[in-house]
Amino acid sequence: MNTLASLSGASSKRVLPGFGLSLGVTLLFVSLVLLLPLTSLVGQLSQLSPAEYWAIISAPRMVASYLVTLGGAAVASLINAAFGLLLAWVLVRYEFPGKRLLDALMDLPFALPTAVAGITLATLYSGEGWMGRLLAPLGIEVAYTWVGIALAMAFTSIPFVVRTVQPVLEDLPAEVDEAALALGASDTLAFRRVILPYLWPALVTGTGLAFVRSLGEFGAVIFIAGNMPYETEITSLMIFVKLQEYDYAGASAIASVVLATSLVLLLALNVWQGRFVRRLHGGNA
Amino acid sequence: MSIQLRNVTKRFGRATALEPLDLTVADGELLGLLGPSGSGKTTLLRIIAGLEQADSGSIHFGERDVTHVHVRDRRIGFVFQHYALFRHMSVLDNVAFGLTALPRRERPSRGEIQARARRLLEMVQLEAFADRYPAQLSGGQQQRVSLARALALRPDVLLLDEPFGALDAKVRQDLRRWLRHLHDELNFTSVFVTHDQEEALELSDRVVVMSNGRIEQVDTPETLYRHPANRFVFEFLGDVNRLEGDVRDGELTCGSARLAVDLPPGRHELLLRPHELHLSDAPSATAHLPVQVTAVAPVGAEVRVELAADWLAEPWLATVRHADFEHLTIQRGRRLFVEPRRWHRFAAVDQQPADQAVTA
Repeated sequence: MNTLASLSGASSKRVLPGFGLSLGVTLLFVSLVLLLPLTSLVGQLSQLSPAEYWAIISAPRMVASYLVTLGGAAVASLINAAFGLLLAWVLVRYEFPGKRLLDALMDLPFALPTAVAGITLATLYSGEGWMGRLLAPLGIEVAYTWVGIALAMAFTSIPFVVRTVQPVLEDLPAEVDEAALALGASDTLAFRRVILPYLWPALVTGTGLAFVRSLGEFGAVIFIAGNMPYETEITSLMIFVKLQEYDYAGASAIASVVLATSLVLLLALNVWQGRFVRRLHGGNA
Repeated sequence: MSIQLRNVTKRFGRATALEPLDLTVADGELLGLLGPSGSGKTTLLRIIAGLEQADSGSIHFGERDVTHVHVRDRRIGFVFQHYALFRHMSVLDNVAFGLTALPRRERPSRGEIQARARRLLEMVQLEAFADRYPAQLSGGQQQRVSLARALALRPDVLLLDEPFGALDAKVRQDLRRWLRHLHDELNFTSVFVTHDQEEALELSDRVVVMSNGRIEQVDTPETLYRHPANRFVFEFLGDVNRLEGDVRDGELTCGSARLAVDLPPGRHELLLRPHELHLSDAPSATAHLPVQVTAVAPVGAEVRVELAADWLAEPWLATVRHADFEHLTIQRGRRLFVEPRRWHRFAAVDQQPADQAVTA
């Protein structure tokens, strides 16, 4: 009884030190950087009646921008899912000269100001640009179309896929691969049924992050999008437009839509991944 | 299906992993590859499997030349030390994987695959766990699943890479015995790698002792233990006590220790197994080896006794029966005399000729 009592007494105190301090600092930081701006956003929204709010976010020009943004982000993340997986695969599985450089290049879209990326892409793919001149005779227009939007989104969000898949792929023991081959599986079957399912959670998470990032992308896209109403206007540009008209409430309304979509997506990803991971590491599936 | 290796070599960069070696595994044999780490045993196993390509030489399974056959077409079953189960698949799907990977022509129906996988799980006594995921099983259970998975395609040859290395001692014992039974029942040809001499001696029909990419000896466990080909094999197969001294007039002396031996004069080193040491209260006519007990550990059927003396560079280990242990009232600090029942000697330099003798 004595030991039991002392044990339960000990359990009320945490063994790992610094919990109070670290959680406190974390919460303070989150409040200042995340929650405070969000609160002011909600504050702005309160100037609108529900009817006004609905009128702003369901305006035809707005709905068109949602479609452009979602479509562009969807295409961009699908492209990134495929190429990001390939890039991660190449970076983990093979040794070749310049591997370190390629690995470092993966983070470039994070480091580069997105406007710089946007201007560069626009210059390259416009009618007079290097790539634009090559593609024009084929009837492919990239700049000032939704293709350009998807391209810019893909550029800024590819690190998300590569950097989430890479560590998981590094952890995949070669034995698992070998086991599948020893059981007579062809390379494609081994990839499809053994390696891909293993990478699946990371790939979906990475792609999801890339998608969410693409939804909010502004700088890289506006220079290449052309920004024609109803055709190549993205949602974050609409926020910018409202701000320039000093319509803060309207800008907040649109921002709240983007924010809500992103939050729901991120939450869904987290819940789904938690369930998947539990199955892999035991527990009751 | 028998396995023949002829003149197989392997290098990794500048390091030689395998010197040219020949090896034949008889049909239905359970062969153990035993050696310290870095001896090339795992490389040899992976070459037989086709997971590694030999630099030269040939490999035959029965009449079939498999030297250049890809691992997926060699018809082998491979069991990995860390199981290598597909953790996103249920236990049943893991076992069925090989069957579902067959080309469409040869693939049994879905129901047939399920039934066969279930039968395999019954064989490894895991039918109740068919729907679980690997992470929900213990290490021993996972290794049995991995074995069932490897046997699903009825391979010509079963290869096991340190199959029990990651398990704890008790489970290892059980699984070892169970594998031996399974082998006797199904009679497949199998080769397994181990660094545990006890495991190799207990499980194998024949044992291959390897060191530095060379085969030191291939023999049945009994021959190997009784007639080791060289000093390396002798030392690797069990604990060894050393006695080095000068021989003159048929007597070896080392400090205050004396032992009657039938050896030419000169410096000699004798090797003694712990169970070949007899302990008593008084020196005998042929042996005067005074020692002092420094540690006592009862392990299973025997008691391990550590002995020290000023004429010994490193302490000796003796195993005695519990009856003798009680009779002699052995305890730490007790002074006793050792009388070797048997000793061994190997020519020190070239390690080639083995020499044995029995005293008294």
